[in-house]
Amino acid sequence: MISWPNLVSQLFNGLALGALLALISSGLTIIYGTLGVLNLAHGAMFMIGGYAGFVAYQYTESFIIAVIAGSLFVMLLGVAMERVIIRHFYHRPHEDQLLVTFGLGICFVEIIRLIFSSQSQLVPPPAIFQGITNLGFMFYPTYRLAVVGIVAIALGALFIILYRTRLGMIVRAGIEDSVMVDSLGINVYRVFMVVFGIGAMAAGFAGIVNAPVVSLTPGIGDDILVQTFVVVVIGGVGSFPGAILGGLIAGEIISVTSMFNPGYAYVMLFAVMTLVLVVRPHGLLGVQGRE
Amino acid sequence: MLKQRRFLIETLTAIGLIAAPFVLPHLGFAPNTVNRILVWGLFGLGFDILFGFTGLLSFGQSAFYGTGGFVAAYLLTRAGFGNVLVALIIGMVAAAATGYLVGLIALRRTGIYFAMITVAIAQVFFFVEFNPLSDFTGGENGLPGVPTPSFNLGFTTLHFTNGWSLYQFIALCYFVGVIIALRIVRSPVGAIFSAIRDNPLRATAVGHNIHGYKLTAFVIAAAYAGFAGGLLGVLQAFMPPDAFTFDTSGQLVMQTAIGGRGTLFGPLVGATVWLFLQDFLQSALGLGAAWKLVLGVVFVLLVCFLRGGIIGGLADLYRLASGKRGQTEAETETEDSGATQQPAPAPLQAKEVEHPAYSGPILKARGLTKRYGGLVANSDIDFSVNQGELRGIIGPNGAGKSTFFKMLTCEIAPTSGQIVFEGRDITGLKVTDVCQLGLTKSYQVNQLFTGLTVRQNLTIAALAELRGKFRLDLFRKLSSVKGLTEQVEHTLALVNLARRADTPVSELAYGEKRRLEIGLALATSPRLLLLDEPLAGMSPRERVETVKLLKSIARGRTMIVIDHDMDSLFELVERVTVLQEGRVLVSGTPEEIKTNAAVQEAYLGGVHGEIAA
Repeated sequence: MISWPNLVSQLFNGLALGALLALISSGLTIIYGTLGVLNLAHGAMFMIGGYAGFVAYQYTESFIIAVIAGSLFVMLLGVAMERVIIRHFYHRPHEDQLLVTFGLGICFVEIIRLIFSSQSQLVPPPAIFQGITNLGFMFYPTYRLAVVGIVAIALGALFIILYRTRLGMIVRAGIEDSVMVDSLGINVYRVFMVVFGIGAMAAGFAGIVNAPVVSLTPGIGDDILVQTFVVVVIGGVGSFPGAILGGLIAGEIISVTSMFNPGYAYVMLFAVMTLVLVVRPHGLLGVQGRE
Repeated sequence: MLKQRRFLIETLTAIGLIAAPFVLPHLGFAPNTVNRILVWGLFGLGFDILFGFTGLLSFGQSAFYGTGGFVAAYLLTRAGFGNVLVALIIGMVAAAATGYLVGLIALRRTGIYFAMITVAIAQVFFFVEFNPLSDFTGGENGLPGVPTPSFNLGFTTLHFTNGWSLYQFIALCYFVGVIIALRIVRSPVGAIFSAIRDNPLRATAVGHNIHGYKLTAFVIAAAYAGFAGGLLGVLQAFMPPDAFTFDTSGQLVMQTAIGGRGTLFGPLVGATVWLFLQDFLQSALGLGAAWKLVLGVVFVLLVCFLRGGIIGGLADLYRLASGKRGQTEAETETEDSGATQQPAPAPLQAKEVEHPAYSGPILKARGLTKRYGGLVANSDIDFSVNQGELRGIIGPNGAGKSTFFKMLTCEIAPTSGQIVFEGRDITGLKVTDVCQLGLTKSYQVNQLFTGLTVRQNLTIAALAELRGKFRLDLFRKLSSVKGLTEQVEHTLALVNLARRADTPVSELAYGEKRRLEIGLALATSPRLLLLDEPLAGMSPRERVETVKLLKSIARGRTMIVIDHDMDSLFELVERVTVLQEGRVLVSGTPEEIKTNAAVQEAYLGGVHGEIAA
């Protein structure tokens, strides 16, 4: 039943899920903001990150190497995807971009299903984060606490890239006005490639970090993609702070509602999204004028 | 493709449906597969109206498919309802009503937002079906025991049980669905759907309430989905819970894109390819679970290289082979008036004045100001134009001329100030309503419906004037809209595009596009017409022609013209207002302006120090 420790532990779960969603959504939102492409294969990137890490872990038994390998693999996949396919869709209508990324997402999922079958795979948490931690007032799985920390560090890194580097300045300027950036003599296409890689890596990183929490299945990215959309609609497309705020809100809603009845988690999430759309159609931290 | 003779497509569809049971078994199609293809095809008819014709890509159609399916199945199984057809129709109505409510939310945003919201909505419906409503939907067990239809005709009872017998029923449903869909896409509403797909901004500006029309398309798609969902239950004698999954929506999208969007039959073709390949790859090639990967790859390749899908590709081939180009498309199939060629048109009449007694200035702006943050685009502009006047506006780049026009047509709201059109305060109205009142503008940068022909473009603009901003004449033929043909022909002749009437906009020369741009504004029969740089980018010869054109359309209406070509402008207009840095510098006759020292200063020695071209 509902008790204080239970509620607090759900709040922690919500924080962990929210942090993950924030990271994945940041990837989606900076890609969209800079390139103008909504990547429907983003959920598949998350899933592939998990599987790539899983493979690396099987060979090395090292969680750190798994995380690095998973992230890098997805980054390279993102770069390849941008170079080979997405690049040809910048001047095509939004619907075509949605269709092609949707199709790619399905291909990725099916490839993984072919290789690893539909059975779930497990990546154990690293040794130092195994077991449970006594927080004084309750016990909580150590790795979930660690997830919050790890993701916070990743978000911090993303923040530094976006707000403290030349690349980040171009990305943020591109989100504001991509035509203007184009006309300033910056090679936008190279920037696009890098941004797509970073955005995909954010999802892939989240995928491997999340792997010890839930078991891996080829369809794991589908749900995450839907949740990411809700996060982005709530937070505002193209807004990094919006993705973080939206992620935390969505994570807490899902966790707390699940405590009462998991069946209503999506209903609540959707209710909040609707409310935001009615009150602030451009999202909590979104900017008007960007469609 | 969808053109030529009347009822041609209807007849061909009927022939195809009648022939199918005799032909398809020889190609290895089981009756059950054919029935499933038809259900997908029916589902896709509505979706194609939404996606192919209106340009709204929804990934949430499973919500309505499931809603219609489960309402019908619940009535037929748990509620003991006897009549299958009525249950299907109730399911359809329930899905349409759900579609209306969902559309109110999803259509608050456009483009990718719309796609994301529909994905989220579909997911919510899936979870609601599985949990809170599992008492009604059977949760993950679905609803078994859905009966097949039978009709008591008094002397005999028709019972459609399974296989080819059930096919007759489903094929009839599909046929009715096709007829209705064809009526819709050929109606004025259908024409406006494609205008929304091509250029929502301009569709709004010529006076259509596009939100209402988008919602209409959304509800139509939901209704089709609901009916098809019900049929799925009837077909399988069981309503499966996976009708609600995101995969259902995804499969519909993929089938439509594979078959060809904007063709109505694309989803049917796509479903055929899909189910055939699924069968073929799984059993004949023994690929097992890899079939979906193959289909995914096929889909990606099609999106990359064959945007129009299979039907689009075939149509291109046919056009290449027969050497025909620039054919009229089905959605605005106007009655061919080639035989009854109109004589040279009298000048087009402007819209009837609403208050004939009103005789003051047609337009008055007081203290009009627009600020963007710290930047003041327009500052305290007082402006007045008399009935029948031909006014010019000039000013250096950045003087705020276009901003001024946008405020007058209510495209953007002024920070402060008031706009009065024919004695009526229009400040804060929407651009659609202002156009309906008789005030519109042509754009500085062409805003045309690029996928349509010249005639279709003008038809869309004229429809706004003839039908008002929103009307649900879904089953009316375009050719039966009173006065439409005349108005379109008049405008065609006036902007000298009669010979190019059936050419797609994408094949027009720049000067022609420019004239069509003016024609679009003109076809709404405005009493006050604003022209934002109508001469921009034209060659000297085209300019001379266009000035002549402008003079002829100025008869019987009031016009305000912005342009940088002062020679042309001074020849055209009676009075000129000069804007500089967002303020009115001076107003006067062309002669006065030419010799005005302040104007010369503004253009030659002013802050901007540039000579306008």
